[in-house]
Amino acid sequence: MTESLIQARNVGKTLGHGAGRVQALKHIDLSLGGGLTLLMGPSGSGKTTLLSILGGMLTPSEGTVQICGRSTDGADAETLAEIRRRHIGFVFQTFHLFPTLTAAENVQLALDVRGERGAMARARTREVMTKVDLAHKCDAFPRQLSGGEQQRVAIARAIVAEPAAILADEPTAALDGANGQAIMALLAAIAREPDRAVLVVTHDARLTGFADQVLRIEDGTLLPEAAASSNVYRIRGSA
Amino acid sequence: MALVATLASRNLLQDRLRFVATLIGIVFSVVLVMVQMGLYFGFGRMVTTMIDHAPADLWIVSRGTKSFEDLSLMNTQIGDRVRGIQGVADVVPVIIGFSAWQLPGGGMTPIFVVGSDIAAGGIAPWNVVEGSAAALSTAGRVAVDKTYFGRLGVTGIGAKSEIRGLPAEVAAVTDGIRSFTTTPYVFANLDSARSFIGLPKNSASHFLVRLKPGADVAQVQSAIQSTLPKVEALTPAQFRKRSRSFWLFGTGAGAALFAGAMLGVIVGTVIVAQTLYSSTKDHLYEFATLRAIGCSKGYIYTVIILQALISAILGFVIAAGMGFGVVAATAKTSLPIVITPELLAALFLLTVAMCVGSAVAAISRVVRLDPVMVMAR
Repeated sequence: MTESLIQARNVGKTLGHGAGRVQALKHIDLSLGGGLTLLMGPSGSGKTTLLSILGGMLTPSEGTVQICGRSTDGADAETLAEIRRRHIGFVFQTFHLFPTLTAAENVQLALDVRGERGAMARARTREVMTKVDLAHKCDAFPRQLSGGEQQRVAIARAIVAEPAAILADEPTAALDGANGQAIMALLAAIAREPDRAVLVVTHDARLTGFADQVLRIEDGTLLPEAAASSNVYRIRGSA
Repeated sequence: MALVATLASRNLLQDRLRFVATLIGIVFSVVLVMVQMGLYFGFGRMVTTMIDHAPADLWIVSRGTKSFEDLSLMNTQIGDRVRGIQGVADVVPVIIGFSAWQLPGGGMTPIFVVGSDIAAGGIAPWNVVEGSAAALSTAGRVAVDKTYFGRLGVTGIGAKSEIRGLPAEVAAVTDGIRSFTTTPYVFANLDSARSFIGLPKNSASHFLVRLKPGADVAQVQSAIQSTLPKVEALTPAQFRKRSRSFWLFGTGAGAALFAGAMLGVIVGTVIVAQTLYSSTKDHLYEFATLRAIGCSKGYIYTVIILQALISAILGFVIAAGMGFGVVAATAKTSLPIVITPELLAALFLLTVAMCVGSAVAAISRVVRLDPVMVMAR
């Protein structure tokens, strides 16, 4: 069975100060072990905040998060960056590709920041570009690619260093229906690889067919599914 | 090229207008510093040109003499006493002073007379292009630089005039002996020079001392000082340093040049800092994305510093080209700009330091970057 890759225990997050203070997350318990999980909820429900905490971009105000066995509790910015570098791949809603780099260079950048350079890095980049069906667009700049192609490059960048978890924030929101479906099919295929968890934040109910597990969040709290009696969700293969 | 360098260079070139503005800022700054420092070195050389061309192991000057041009008279008997000190081979008196050159159409122009016995190894004019220095041994014959023909109203060898009412004839013409005071140097033999300046026959402003082979300069210097406490015995290096110190710092000229150079550094730093900061701000989401995907701060600093280095190198190359143009243009002027290899190396390091230092503002902006900002966009 797959070990738990990301684990959240009693996580809470308070954002803002004074009158603007908001309890964005409350008592979240979560364990991601593998497969594709959808995290759904209305705007302002805390989806992106939870994704940021699970990805080590934010630290919780309460509770603990472990990413591949490493606690983010009390970690400084550099340690969090190192955890993300080693274990997490991110896919963003608006791709966040580097406009001055080619598609292949954008992907290779994720290896470069890990200190992986040279011929092996280039070979690995080509391999991943082939995997996302963009081998023929290696030398294209982002402005020369369609939205769907740009998101494929972003996915290639997220997986090139083979992180344990891929966290995607609304990856289909900027795409048309067909491209959205294609991207989700790609993410689902990636999620089927061993020791790999993919968590996708979305508000698009049409995507649930791709998921091994669907989590719903409202007002900062995970909703128990009909079959579950607690808000602890054990995803396929989790401990 | 390493990917980090590719990212840095393309970030710079993405906004070409801003990059050009950055380069102009650097070039302006470096050229300004180069000219100021080149003037400083050029001036430093000009003020010691007589010392540099005098065949002396030691100089004897009146105590407190500030520079070669600082006229303070000594009696020629001092030379005789120095000649008797162990290790001294030869002592040659030199006389200097201002006088007036009669112009052909009436009126006079000031000149700076340098007199010594050339046959005895005094200060002979160099770069002689017409006539010969040996001709100056005849009374009333002088050497002038061709740059000053117009000022002196002469056209070459054989030109006649009067100095302080005494007949003078041009017997040698030099090329490139320019005076930083803009007053033309006129070389003559010792007696003629004394007459041209109006000084007694037993007077000397300096003595050139040459030592016997194997004599210890420091020991002879010490012996002269103890024998003749009212004069100073200086090595050429000490006299050069004293002259430069007086003209560059005693008069404030050097401070003004340094202030100009400092202004160039400040202007350059501000321009580069502003453009780098602005470029970093434009790429803030890209840097945040780098942070989000786990990039270390060091990697981001490398991108910014590489941008600064690329700007520095390109800016310096352009500035150095312009600097050499300025050197060529001023080579024959009264105050040439001198760029030594050491100055060039120092300027390169200064340019790099200025540009990398300018990156601090951009880096301080990136340090505060929260990677989670990429989620909100």
